[in-house]
Amino acid sequence: MSGTYFALMAVLVVAAFILGAQRARGVRGDRAGMLHSLPAYHGLYIAAAVLTAMMAIFVVGAPLASHYVVSQGLGAFDPSEVAEQLHRDAALRDIQNLIAGIYQGEPSDKLKAAAAAYSSASSLVFWGLNILGVLAGAAVIFWGLGRITPELRARNQFERFVKYVLLACSGVAVLTTIGIVLSVVFEAMHFFSKVSPIDFLFGLQWSPQTAMRADQVGSSGAFGIVPLIAGTLLITVIAMLVAGPLGLFSAIYMAEYATPRIRSVVKPILEILAGIPTVVLGFFAALTVAPLIRGWGQSLGLDVASESALAAGLVMGMMIIPFVSSLSDDVINAVPQSLRDGSYAMGATKSETIKKVVLPAALPGIVSAFMLAISRAVGETMIVVMAAGLAANLTFNPLAAVTTVTVQIKTLLVGDQEFDSAKTLSAFALGLVLFFFTLALNYIALKIVQKYREQYD
Amino acid sequence: MTDTAISAAPRRASDNSALVAKRYRSERRFKLYGIAAIAVTAVFLVLLFADILVKGLPAFFEHRMTLPVSVSQEAIDPQNSKDPKVIRTGDFDGPIREAFRAMFPDVTSRGDRKKLLGLLSSGAADDFRAMVVNNPSLIGTDAKVPVLLSDDADQYLKGRQTGVEKIQGQGTIAASADGEKFKLMTDKTPVLTAGDIVRLNGGAFRVVSADNGAYVAEQVLAPKSLDPANAGAWDIVRFTVTEHNRRIDDQEALWLEQLKEKGVAENGVAWRFFSSGDSREPELAGIRGALTGSILTLLVTLFLCLPIGVAAAIYLEEFAPKNRLTQLIEVNINNLAAVPSIVFGLLGLAMFLNFFGLPRSAPLVGGLVLALLVLPTIIIASRAALRAVPPSIKEAALGVGASHQQAIFHHVLPLAMPGIMTGTIIGMAHALGETAPLLMIGMVAFIVDVPGGFTDAATALPIQIYLWSDLPEIAFQSKTAGAIIVLLVFLFVMNAAAILLRKRFERRW
Amino acid sequence: MDTMIKTPVADSAPRIARERPLKIKARNVDVYYGEKHAINDLSIDIPDSAVSAFIGPSGCGKSTFLRSINRMNDTIPSCRVTGNIEIDGRDIYDRGLDVVQLRARIGMVFQKPNPFPKSIYENVAYGPRIHGFAKNKTDLEEIVVTSLKKAGLFEEVKDRLDHSGTSLSGGQQQRLCIARAIAVNPEVILMDEPCSALDPIATARIEELIDELRQNFCIVIVTHSMQQAARVSQLTAFFHLGNLVEVGDTDDIFTAPKDKRTQDYITGRFG
Repeated sequence: MSGTYFALMAVLVVAAFILGAQRARGVRGDRAGMLHSLPAYHGLYIAAAVLTAMMAIFVVGAPLASHYVVSQGLGAFDPSEVAEQLHRDAALRDIQNLIAGIYQGEPSDKLKAAAAAYSSASSLVFWGLNILGVLAGAAVIFWGLGRITPELRARNQFERFVKYVLLACSGVAVLTTIGIVLSVVFEAMHFFSKVSPIDFLFGLQWSPQTAMRADQVGSSGAFGIVPLIAGTLLITVIAMLVAGPLGLFSAIYMAEYATPRIRSVVKPILEILAGIPTVVLGFFAALTVAPLIRGWGQSLGLDVASESALAAGLVMGMMIIPFVSSLSDDVINAVPQSLRDGSYAMGATKSETIKKVVLPAALPGIVSAFMLAISRAVGETMIVVMAAGLAANLTFNPLAAVTTVTVQIKTLLVGDQEFDSAKTLSAFALGLVLFFFTLALNYIALKIVQKYREQYD
Repeated sequence: MTDTAISAAPRRASDNSALVAKRYRSERRFKLYGIAAIAVTAVFLVLLFADILVKGLPAFFEHRMTLPVSVSQEAIDPQNSKDPKVIRTGDFDGPIREAFRAMFPDVTSRGDRKKLLGLLSSGAADDFRAMVVNNPSLIGTDAKVPVLLSDDADQYLKGRQTGVEKIQGQGTIAASADGEKFKLMTDKTPVLTAGDIVRLNGGAFRVVSADNGAYVAEQVLAPKSLDPANAGAWDIVRFTVTEHNRRIDDQEALWLEQLKEKGVAENGVAWRFFSSGDSREPELAGIRGALTGSILTLLVTLFLCLPIGVAAAIYLEEFAPKNRLTQLIEVNINNLAAVPSIVFGLLGLAMFLNFFGLPRSAPLVGGLVLALLVLPTIIIASRAALRAVPPSIKEAALGVGASHQQAIFHHVLPLAMPGIMTGTIIGMAHALGETAPLLMIGMVAFIVDVPGGFTDAATALPIQIYLWSDLPEIAFQSKTAGAIIVLLVFLFVMNAAAILLRKRFERRW
Repeated sequence: MDTMIKTPVADSAPRIARERPLKIKARNVDVYYGEKHAINDLSIDIPDSAVSAFIGPSGCGKSTFLRSINRMNDTIPSCRVTGNIEIDGRDIYDRGLDVVQLRARIGMVFQKPNPFPKSIYENVAYGPRIHGFAKNKTDLEEIVVTSLKKAGLFEEVKDRLDHSGTSLSGGQQQRLCIARAIAVNPEVILMDEPCSALDPIATARIEELIDELRQNFCIVIVTHSMQQAARVSQLTAFFHLGNLVEVGDTDDIFTAPKDKRTQDYITGRFG
């Protein structure tokens, strides 16, 4: 349905442009420069008007139309039969399959009637919407052509339209945030109506895999987030123990010691590392690093889980090195040369200057670099999905298997799911925690950097 | 300050040369830490690439045999209809098995024959079918047919199951039946250890125990006779991995060794890795489906986020009034760039799938989600590119009476385009490697067919990597690494294009 | 040009202003950049078919006032202009006025030559094209050639109109910018220190050109160089710290300045 509509819309928009430009040329006649705007702008002006009108009709009309079609189709059933969403979906699927001719088995009379109602309603709507759209488009063209005079400020009008389009485009980012918040908060609310937030935030046990149907008394799963937070933290700490020193020291070397030639070699190395998809790092962690650590551990007589937190943490640490180093590099470079000169003038060595003057001055920036890196590590999914475990152990032993928030979100939502169970909904509650945690970290880190920059501007 | 402090001779740094030396040592140490940090990172990168290359390169090759197969009229097209539909239903399995068995006339027992046929890929008959359907003139002739080996056989021949050592037999060896077992006797000093396999007279014996020149062995392949064999007529085969630690047992391994020695099995480029979709059989699985899915997804992403991103950048950079709304949008974009990608997956699941009812597993939805994910990157890059165009260009246009928008769209935007394209390519590379959000919207199903449109169920290259990495077969491990190589090559090409673009169009104002 | 308004001009007004029709009239103009008061209560009459020069030390507001005449200041968000500026009796800050059309009537040449990074031809053709001056290609070509000829550049570039405008020398680039400005057939040409980035020979050529152009245009030039003002202009206005200190015939200003500050400036006491 929408395909035809958009094709018609495209035709009318192009027609509006051509007609508008032509009319403007006719009005201009031989006297160049007598029109306020170029003929093309008159065409664009009318085309934009047509586009706006027809889009508006579609945006309003299409949902109404589909609602009408569905209600006509379901009208053939008893209201009690289609009271629940699940049944409604099933009935609609049957109707659509019957119309498409891929219905399995013998359709009931009721279904046949529903399909007939459905298809007649949809053809009515199809014609109705298309005709309405074309009429509106034609009317706008007619109206627009009448308006064309030498004085018409077609360019200004069209530019106003463009400006609104641009504004709408930059609104997409805001809409995305709103969409994230809405979808996560909405589903999490559902979850909290089934499981108390207190149990969620302070429970020490996480086992959502248990069936959670009302009739299965006594087998309620546990939704305590603490083991997940602990696991996430453990892996993040390991990652930061790797990325912190390595990233910071590379940044110091790059900013203070490296010649331009070395910089031009090392920078791409870090950029390559930053560009490696995490699924690749996850593969490396799971199939190379984890067995290696396990082998070493066993040769030392240690009991190492095959999906140890250490393996995931190490590789994740490597992943975030570029974040730490490039952000720290920037803030170290932002420290004014005059501070360094002051220190050198007193006879300090380079490393003393760095340790005593540059790093303290750059500290806020470095802290925020670390915060951004932590937020990356906490939100990272693929490495932990592939290399960390599923069992929610509350432990701080890096050789044991732990699980993380992101792993659980992925596990709960991938595969077949009933959308209303607490098990599925709990993933959104986890998502909520993850979203706001990383958002807070980022927000604070960006604020710190901003303050820091202003200090030296 | 006491009097003594004042009266004491002024201290100078040079007075204490030990301290100075210590300070220099500390200086060197500090510098070394930096070099070490970079070195560790570089070594990690090298190890990562080496590991993936070693694991993944074999995935681009496969072992096949060229067997003479009689393409019989009865089995394939009894009525000689020449109709591809009829030919397709013919029996292609039988002739191939027949031809393969003919290679091993000594294998007679039912169990052994079944095991032997297990070395063939289940897709071998399909290849043969396609070959005959494409060229019906083969019917009734004896054709040379390339026959694919199973993944385990392939892995063995690639040397990824066990190492093999072959030692020419020195002196004469004789075997004699001893109940269930056999006794081996050589006239030379003992060279055999338990687990070694002795091949003589077309048969093979596995040494069970070695005891001073007299060896107890069990039969692996039946020999033609038990006559003694002279030096050069027998040999010892020694596997570095014991039998129960590999998926190919000694018997199968020896058959494969025979194939190798006859020169029938050859290692060729596995074009099917690029031309076929996913499969449960590792030797048949390819990345075409995943690659197509990725391309479709990225097309949607590009189509959405390039215009929207550039428009947003133009608005924010040129037209936005300095007010709270603009500030909100800017803070929003910066923070959105750091939201974990899995959260975008949640958005896709809750909004696009459950609320708007878009199809699951579809590149359309994947592209939508990835577009929102890379939008901040593209906006930020585009703004930087627009800002890099000197204001004098805009002023010049305004000076001759261009409107603000004309100045932007006629002059500033075209000049910013290389920068915008660079940012877009880097954003697309990011989207290509992104996995987690696509998992959330169900692009994770086992999909054999190559997707044909934006709403077909599809998977993407990184997802395929994730799916394969979870499978137990070693051959899939190799396929995973192979798919990673393809992914990395794509990323490399994209980034190189971005760098080239930047270099080529870099303008100094 | 019969719509020109001839305001009665007082006898004390500069000679040149009495001889020529009035083109630009500014009354009580104040310009603010955010908190900064850049121009303070400025009133001036600028005659047509003459060159008027604005001189004064850096930061005195002469460029700011120049950019208020074609509303280039609109592009600076924090900038605010009050008071009244009229061209041919029409208030240019009138809400109903299309700023784009205003700028088409007032050409501008900038301090640093800023040709578009396009061909020489495209540089000149851009303005006529967006204003719809040419009905076809031949028309457009004619406009381009005439403009280049008027700017004295045609002979030098006639064989390479498709070369990039940025490939020209600095002086040629600036003449290209002048050609670009006159291609839209403006009434006024504003020049913001057009020679400050050029060598003396190129400067001399531009000055010659300005002298030729003044037959047909009202030219306003901001300059740092008093010699230049003396050479090319008929009317000179001296700005100091956001104030218009003195306006007069160029000869009078340089020979008998009325204000002490003007005298100090032209005798090189400060600047």
